[in-house]
Parts: sequence; structure tokens; C-alpha cells
Amino acid sequence: MFESLSQRLQSVFQKLKGRGKLSEQDVDQALREVRLALLEADVNFKVVREFLARVRERAVGQEVLQSLSPAQQVIKIVHEELAALMGGSHARLELGGAPPVAVLMAGLQGSGKTTVTAKLARMLKAQGRRPLLVAGDVYRPAAIRQLQVLGEQIGVAVFEMGQETPPPVIAEKALAHAKLHGNDVVLMDTAGRLHVDEELMDEIQQIKEALNPAEILLVVDAMTGQDAVNVAEAFHARLGLTGVILTKLDGDARGGAALSIRAVTGAPVKFVGTGEKLDALEPFHPERIASRILGMGDVLTLIERAQETLDQEKSRKMVEKLARGDDLTLEDFLEQMQQVRKMGPLDQLLGMIPGMSSLKNVPGLEVDERELRRVEAIIQSMTPEERRNPAIIDGSRRRRIARGSGTRVQDVNRLLKQFEQTRAMMRHLMGGGKRSRRLLGSLFKR
Amino acid sequence: MQDERKSWFGRLRDGLSKTRAALIGKVKEALAGSSVDEQLFERLEEVLIQADVGVETTLELVDAVRRQVSERRIRDAEEVPPLLAQEMKAVLRSEPLRLTPAGEGPLTYLAVGVNGAGKTTTLGKLAARFAREGKRVLIGAGDTFRAAAIDQLRVWAERAGADFVAQQPGSDPAAVAYDAVQAAKARGVDVLLIDTAGRLQTKVNLMQELGKVYRVVARELGRDPDEALLVVDGATGQNALSQARLFREAVPLTGVVLTKLDGTAKGGVILAVSRELGLPVKLIGVGEGVDDLREFDSAAFVDALFADGESASSR
Repeated sequence: MFESLSQRLQSVFQKLKGRGKLSEQDVDQALREVRLALLEADVNFKVVREFLARVRERAVGQEVLQSLSPAQQVIKIVHEELAALMGGSHARLELGGAPPVAVLMAGLQGSGKTTVTAKLARMLKAQGRRPLLVAGDVYRPAAIRQLQVLGEQIGVAVFEMGQETPPPVIAEKALAHAKLHGNDVVLMDTAGRLHVDEELMDEIQQIKEALNPAEILLVVDAMTGQDAVNVAEAFHARLGLTGVILTKLDGDARGGAALSIRAVTGAPVKFVGTGEKLDALEPFHPERIASRILGMGDVLTLIERAQETLDQEKSRKMVEKLARGDDLTLEDFLEQMQQVRKMGPLDQLLGMIPGMSSLKNVPGLEVDERELRRVEAIIQSMTPEERRNPAIIDGSRRRRIARGSGTRVQDVNRLLKQFEQTRAMMRHLMGGGKRSRRLLGSLFKR
Repeated sequence: MQDERKSWFGRLRDGLSKTRAALIGKVKEALAGSSVDEQLFERLEEVLIQADVGVETTLELVDAVRRQVSERRIRDAEEVPPLLAQEMKAVLRSEPLRLTPAGEGPLTYLAVGVNGAGKTTTLGKLAARFAREGKRVLIGAGDTFRAAAIDQLRVWAERAGADFVAQQPGSDPAAVAYDAVQAAKARGVDVLLIDTAGRLQTKVNLMQELGKVYRVVARELGRDPDEALLVVDGATGQNALSQARLFREAVPLTGVVLTKLDGTAKGGVILAVSRELGLPVKLIGVGEGVDDLREFDSAAFVDALFADGESASSR
């Protein structure tokens, strides 16, 4: 997410960094480019204007321009203002109060409400809650069915009253049902509606009154353009939003809406949807996203992901093994790869490593998930003996492995060569003295 | 003929009235009591950017207007918007929907696009329209991924009285497409509409899957489908460019359907799509009703965006 914006801004600041002292004109030139980058990322026009005014005011001050590293100072200011624009720190769901606590979902057609509602239910269930999904979209054909299918997939009950009951009544009955069945959170999906549709906006207001929700979340498609702000303002005026969920951020959406909505409505982005699978819902951390946009990486999220998914014991053993000077085997290679893959799509991970995000679009360095699956298939087609000692893999074994994994002999050759290079590098890193440790240090510095 | 065009134009204008009110209001505001100077151009730029036209296309449009203003020594600010409208029309490509099959077999449409753009609804409305004209329609439920997408399309098929071909959720969409073409040929239907699952254009494997669906349809049909339509949500910002580019790499698109234009979104990005990729707009959605899916006419579209009620209808 945010790649294009991030690339544009990084190149602006790269130019700035090349200079020693900065003049006011230098800053203005850079900010003009920042303006274009933000507009191309669909950040709302007015938000851009105000944002730049704030940055400029801080950036052209004496202490910044006279400082030893003015470019760094300017970048720092942009970073802080970006984070502030998106709401500072992560805003959690507020689900306090006597159960059942209600959450109302709202948004335009096709923004992803139904899917996100199920994702939230799944997350709450994993946190030990007993959520109830409520099918409030009585207009779109098969919307109720869609929620039921999703409910089945995540093992959460779905309350529905068909397409004939008015949604405010459904809301009321759902609360009673939740009380009776011990559900502590009620998540109500609603029909997509245009913010200018008076009738349906009246309806959702009535739903709100009946449901008395603790959270009113607006679901917004991350690809939305300048209009995102109008939509959010209209829903906010009617409902008093408590938060926003941005969906479809796993594509190449530049996410300008994320930067705009909070600035205009004050409602923070609480979660982002990053995939079609039901576990692809992430808490939104403004300060981390700001870092990612400026190419500073997002090491915190990376570490959290690693802690959640990596097998600590296995990792420790691997490090010990390598430290002893034992060689890496293809088995280790496979295991490492599977562990890393569990953390999420590689291109997402790459974006979290400082300095790496700019590598993502270098030709020849694209991360192809299918390539990884192919590598997995090849290694899995080897015998344990071959995995431990790849030297024994001769021509006939290569042909067999290629057949077994549905690949070509060239693919097997390539993998073996890559593996040999990795092994040589590991030997060098683990065995080398000061020089290689310095190399490691510099790898992680930038 | 003249009358018909006018009435269609009138309907389009009604549908776009909100868009128009917003943009016209701004253009007028931008012009109020002003002379033709740099500030005027800057304000026109603002209006276009806020309509999602995008920075590059906006700068090019406004530069072209600026050149004309100086060449023709225009002093009156009120003369500037018609110039801009003219430039926009020159950029905006449109083509009518192909309504007769290009060869053997039924008139065949394929709908593609990102999640939530309105593919299923668009096909449902098209089915209703063709059925009302007395055509026999068959719909292929190629969205086998999203929960209940098949049920959603089935409801539309039932409403339109159209034939319906589907498999189990999770099955291979190319296989559904194969079945749909075979059934359409065997039953001799007039129109075949094939839905596909929404997918983000950056998902390489899903885009390859889409390419396969297209190839299967073309192979079984013995020719290209008559329309391969990219459905784009009218509220989409600059990402629509990436959508058009990458979807066109996967399937040979014939045009764009711009949906949900009845809100306050301007759909201006379609100018950038048209300019950079030369993809024509074929249909626009301006409401929930079956009749709110309309043929696109770029001249009328721009007129409706710029003209005020009186002068447009008297034209």
C-alpha cells in the first residue's frame, strides 16, 4: 500500500538530501513536488493545501534552515505532519459498556462492508468475544446469503429476518436475540447507500437509534478519489462516525483517502483491509504508515508479525546451528521460507524494511509468489538425503525432481545455484571477522 | 431523431444533475467577476483536480486552453469554460455498445473489474434491458469466488427471465465460461453475458486466470467476444488508470463502464483513462434502476457537466 506515493516522496527528498544548506526556495521547490505527489495519490485537494501550509510554516523557520542537516529536518517535519494528518497513534475499537455492545457498519455500494463486517467478527472472536453478525442489507440480491456464507466460514452466528423487515426493526430484534443467546458484540451490516440518498440516509439514522451502537464505522474503498471526503462528511454529519475502515489496500491504491478523511471528519482510520481472505484485516498505525510512505520502513509491524507467526524455538535453533558453523541445508532453506511466507505476502514485508521499499519496483526484483511456490515444490520433490546433501543431485536426479515438481530442469538448476550462493554468503557472514560484521551493520543501518 | 437525442440528453442531464451542480457551481464561482489571468487558470486547475481528472491531464487541458486564449486574444472570462469543454471533448473517447454479434453465435459480453465496481449489477441491468427488447439472454456466473455472488446474479437472471449457467462456488471460472458459451450456442440464445469475480489488478495470478477465461470464451465462440468491458466505480480516483492499464494487459478491453455516477463523484478520471489509453467509455450508471444504465456520449457528458439547463436544452 501507498507505494507510488512513497516512491514519489522519496525521490523528492533524495534530491533535497543531496544539498547542504537549504534556502527557502529549495524548500518551496520540494514542497511543490510533494503537492503533486499527494494530489496524484488522491489526497483531497483542500487537505493538501492545508497540509503544505503547515509544513512550510515549520520548515522555513530559522532553526531548521540553519541547522546542520536541514534536509533531514524537513523530512522529519513532513513525517510528523503526515502522521498527525492520519490521527497520530492507533485508534482502537471502543467496545466498553454493558453487553451486548453494538457496531454499525455504513458505506457506499461496493466499498466492502459485508466482507469487512465478517473480518471484524472473526477478529473479535479470536479475541475471545462472542460476536453476532446481523444481516441488515435487505436490498442487494443475495447480500444476506453472502453474510451467512461468511458467518459459516468463521463460525459466527448470523441473525437475519429476510428482505421484508425494515432494518431498524432488525436492529432492535438483533439486540434482543444477542441478549438471549449471550452474544456480547453485535455487528450490523447495512446496505450500501449513496450519501446523497435522503431516504436511505434517514433509514440508517433510524438503524442507529434502534441499535445504539458504541462504534459507527464507515467503510471506504481505498481507491476512492477526491469524493471520499464528501462521502465521509455526509455520513459523519448524519451518524457521528467513530471510525473508518479502508478496504482494498492490498492493490496499488495510493491511499490518499486515508490521509484525507481523518483530517476532514476527525474520525480516525481504525483498520485497513489488505486481502480477500477473512484474516486480512490490520489495525491502522498512522505513525508507522507515515514511515512507510517516506520509505523509512515499518520495522515495528514487521517485528510484531514475526512474533505472531514465527516459531521462536525453531528460529533460535537455526541461529545456534549457523553460529556453530554448520552448513545450511535445503531443509533449513525450505523451513525458513515457509516461516517467512506465513508472515504475509513478500512484497508487503519488503515494504516494511527501511530502504527496501524502493527496491520493490526495480525490474527483475519483483517478488513473485508463484516463484516461491515453485521453489517449495522443487525442494519437496527431493529425498531427505538430497535436501541434506545437494551435492549428490546429479543429472538424472535433477530430471526426476523437475518431473516430480512439475517444473523444468533449468528451474531445478537455478534453485540449486541460488542455494549454493546463499550458503556461501551465510558461511561468510557467520564465519568472517570484523569486516563482515561491519557489512551486516551497514545492511541494517539505512 | 433530433427529438430522441434531446430527450436522451435531457435524461442524462437529470442523472448527472448533482455532478453538474457541483462542477458548474465551482466553474461559475471560479469565474465570478474575474478577468482572464493566471489566477483564473489556476482555479480551473483546482476544479478539474477536484473532479479526479488527475494532475497530468489537468495540466495538459488547461495548457491547451491557455494557448487558445492567448492566440485568440480572449479577454472575457465567460468564454473560457466552453474552450475547456471543447478540449475535454477532444480527449474523451466514446463508442456505442456493439449490439449485433460480430460473427457466429450470440452477442457476447464479458465484464471485468476490481471488487465492488458493479460488474454483477451492470450485467443484471443489461440482461433486463435485452430481455425487454425480446431477446433471449443467457448469463454465465463466472464469479465463483465471492460468497453468494452466484446467488446475487441468479436473482438478476430470474428477474429478467434469462437463462442461467453456474457451477459450485469455488469452481474454475474458465470452466463456467466454457459451459456458458456451449449452452448459449446449443440453445441458440441472442445474448450471452459473462460475469467474473472482482480482482485487484495487481494480483498477477488472478489476472492470469482472467486471461484464461477470455481465451476460453474466444476459443469456444470461434471469435473475440463483442465486448470486454472494464467496470469502474465512478468514485475511483487515479487508481482507475492502473486498473485500465493492467486489466488491458490481461484481456483486450473494448471499453469502460463507469458506474455510480449519481452521487457527488465526478468520474473525471475517465478523461485520463481516455487520454492515456484511448479506451472508449461505453456505458454509465446514474442510478439504481434498470434504465439508469445508459449509453455514453462524450459530447453530451461534457456538455452536461458544463452547460447550465437553459442553454443545453435549447441547443
